[in-house]
Amino acid sequence: MVEYRIDRRSGVATYVQIVQQTKQALRLGVLEPGDKLPTAREVVEATAINPNTVLKAYRELEREGLVEARRGIGTFVRRSLGSAPADHTALRSKLTAWLDEARKEGLEREDISALFTSVLDEKCPEGER
Amino acid sequence: MNRDGEGTALEAVGLGKRYRRRRGPVLQDCSFHLPAGRICALVGPNGTGKSTLLALAAGLIRPTEGTLKVLGTTPARARERFAYVAQAKPLPPQLTVAATLRLGAELNRARWDREAAERIAYGPVYANPYADPYGEESGSAYGDMHGEAAADPVPGVGPGVGPNLVPGVVREGGLHPRDRIRSLSGGQRTRVALALAFGKRPELMLLDEPMADLDPLARRELLGALLGEAAEHGTTIVMSSHVVAELEGVCDHLFLMGGGRIRLGGDPEQLLAAHTLLTGPARDLSGHTVVESHGTGRQLTALIRTDGPNSPPTDGWETAAPSLEELLLAHLRNPEAPDLFTEETGGTGTADMTDVTDVTDVTGEENARP
Repeated sequence: MVEYRIDRRSGVATYVQIVQQTKQALRLGVLEPGDKLPTAREVVEATAINPNTVLKAYRELEREGLVEARRGIGTFVRRSLGSAPADHTALRSKLTAWLDEARKEGLEREDISALFTSVLDEKCPEGER
Repeated sequence: MNRDGEGTALEAVGLGKRYRRRRGPVLQDCSFHLPAGRICALVGPNGTGKSTLLALAAGLIRPTEGTLKVLGTTPARARERFAYVAQAKPLPPQLTVAATLRLGAELNRARWDREAAERIAYGPVYANPYADPYGEESGSAYGDMHGEAAADPVPGVGPGVGPNLVPGVVREGGLHPRDRIRSLSGGQRTRVALALAFGKRPELMLLDEPMADLDPLARRELLGALLGEAAEHGTTIVMSSHVVAELEGVCDHLFLMGGGRIRLGGDPEQLLAAHTLLTGPARDLSGHTVVESHGTGRQLTALIRTDGPNSPPTDGWETAAPSLEELLLAHLRNPEAPDLFTEETGGTGTADMTDVTDVTDVTGEENARP
């Protein structure tokens, strides 16, 4: 079961925080197809946010095809996000090798991060899926 | 789980209230509409009529003029269907917490939800209606009012069942059934008063400063419980409060009171969207509806309405969305700022965005007191 953490000062709309945290859980495999999301009651009791906010977030997730509301039963995960963890092994070792090389060249953590972000933005601009 | 229930929770038309010992009226020509299923915050400075409005809705006092309908009828006829928690939390001091809940059960036989009441009073984890922590003593916990309670016919509140108190476990904030009301702190009495309100399983909760004397932990727990109740049963909640920042993200309806009436009314998101915060070089803002402006020399900061005849100036100005707190404080500091009702809130709800001047003269015949 996923647990939401709401940051009221982040400036990010509360329902967006729920959407993002659900997607993160889907990416990390914390939530898998068939899993039930907490009910609106459970979420608002734990976070003290307006119930409509939870329903709005769930509608958004449903619109994106990630979850499915079954009347009177609950909201369930339909599909996960990202590829299976097994596929990442090769990519991960390549990235590790690349990082070793970058360190050898004398790049520090922030240089590496800036370089990576710049290539990331070039190859997968924000807003693209 | 449709949160926008059909119908109307509160409807005021030309509502006025004058107390004998006060010079001016507390409420004057106050008209508004609150749809059922909303979580509504009632905010405003001291003495602007928040408690008066709630007491009128609860039917404790009568309006001097105008009408206030509660759940589509008079407060007296709706009495069964709403719960009212007064700021002073008047509870019988000599009773135990368990006896007070028992009293609530007897006064609301038709609709009492014992489990809901005990969850609030004794804390969320330990309320278990099937456990008997007292063994043979349990009768005494409930027996304060009736001596031998064993023969009591109220369903679900017989002796022998009580909250599941695990020996040696400290319950966070929860009360003990045998605590006497008189020995409780203000915040603990709030817990009992809210427990009675929850036990009644009302359609509408009228709460006067419910969070004021609660510690942060209890505040969070009880606010969560209130919202959970609303999520599950579509309960309409109206609560007055001073802590504006705490309401952001909680309420989906807002009434700002001042000058004997409601100055801002509606969905906070729509109210926020109707305002913008400008910062830039000093300039003439005539032609705009300015709520507040202050400047130091060449610099000017202003909160203006975005729904005026002229669109907000853009050249050389930084615009930002105000926070709910900024919006409310700006209106509190500037009592002469024009009123604003978003849809569904004004007297008739015809226009999407209505100035109160268009609404207050709508005093429909059908709303006259029966």
